[in-house]
Amino acid sequence: MSKFKKSSKSGSQELNASSMSDIIFMLLFFFMTVTSMKEVDFKVKFDLPQATELTKLEKKSLVTYIYIGPPTARNRARMGSETRIQLNDKYAEIADIQDYIAQEKGSMKEEDQPYMTVSLKIDKDTKMGIVNDVKQALRKAYALKISYAASKRQNEQLR
Amino acid sequence: MSNNRKVPQPNTSSTADIAFLLLIFFLITTTMATDTGLSLRLPPPVDSDVEQKVEERNTLVVLVSQDNKLMCEKKEIELWELKDIAKEFIENPNNDPKLPKKVLVNIDFFGEVEVTKPHVISLQNDRGTNYSKFIEVQNELIAAYNELRNELSLKTFGKTFAELDEDRQKAVIDYYPLKISEAEPKEYK
Repeated sequence: MSKFKKSSKSGSQELNASSMSDIIFMLLFFFMTVTSMKEVDFKVKFDLPQATELTKLEKKSLVTYIYIGPPTARNRARMGSETRIQLNDKYAEIADIQDYIAQEKGSMKEEDQPYMTVSLKIDKDTKMGIVNDVKQALRKAYALKISYAASKRQNEQLR
Repeated sequence: MSNNRKVPQPNTSSTADIAFLLLIFFLITTTMATDTGLSLRLPPPVDSDVEQKVEERNTLVVLVSQDNKLMCEKKEIELWELKDIAKEFIENPNNDPKLPKKVLVNIDFFGEVEVTKPHVISLQNDRGTNYSKFIEVQNELIAAYNELRNELSLKTFGKTFAELDEDRQKAVIDYYPLKISEAEPKEYK
């Protein structure tokens, strides 16, 4: 009898919580490493078009973004509703693209530069005229690997 | 006299709470979604005076007009027809003299094979074309290539293209190289 008495005397036993903080820290570090903060404040609105034949852009460090679309509601009073280009945090013109690409290329490691990819995030209601101008500017800047950002189309609507 | 004095331990019971707080912050801000898109290569800049001569049988002209109509070789077609037209054009299964010329090339794993190496799909658009229509057409053309590559992989290696190792994938890509040329826009009146 006395064998059991000992344990029952101390009442409800407390859990050993000393390892909990370690476990939480481990989770924390996992999420810290996989997190990527939103790169920029979007000043243009873009609904991406949908497609089925998508490829993933693997390395974030190799990707440069160009956003094209109408200004967001907050900026509309100042900028109008004409389609605009956004590079980094501000509105830009076609002529600025070449400098922007050169600058982004310069900040990359030299061995990575040939793998640089430009992701074009373009609103689906944009006219091709401005897209073509951007494409010509990218060709001149020798940023030849591009990716038209698109989201996955769920059901096959064709046919 | 003070041999039973203990070194004071800091109270660590709050570290778990602090870590929890940080964890929740990162959980909320995390975006796991990776960027996806249609990847392609632009041609390097050339002098605009120099027109590259391509034989007529080797080109497939796909035009998206200002009012978002699709034209293929001067005929108006529907979007769903485009993939099969493109597939037949790229593959040229019956060695049709109107379709691209086949040339003998040496590819790893395949040996000497005849492929339609000089073919080019010329995707043209107007300045007023809608971007979403352009992406739909682009998507169909890439789908044609992906299907052909998949069929070839299944026939030769018994696996889908995605399951092949890197060397074999490269050989299949050499067999059906992606050749979509986005020509400079023209004004169509």
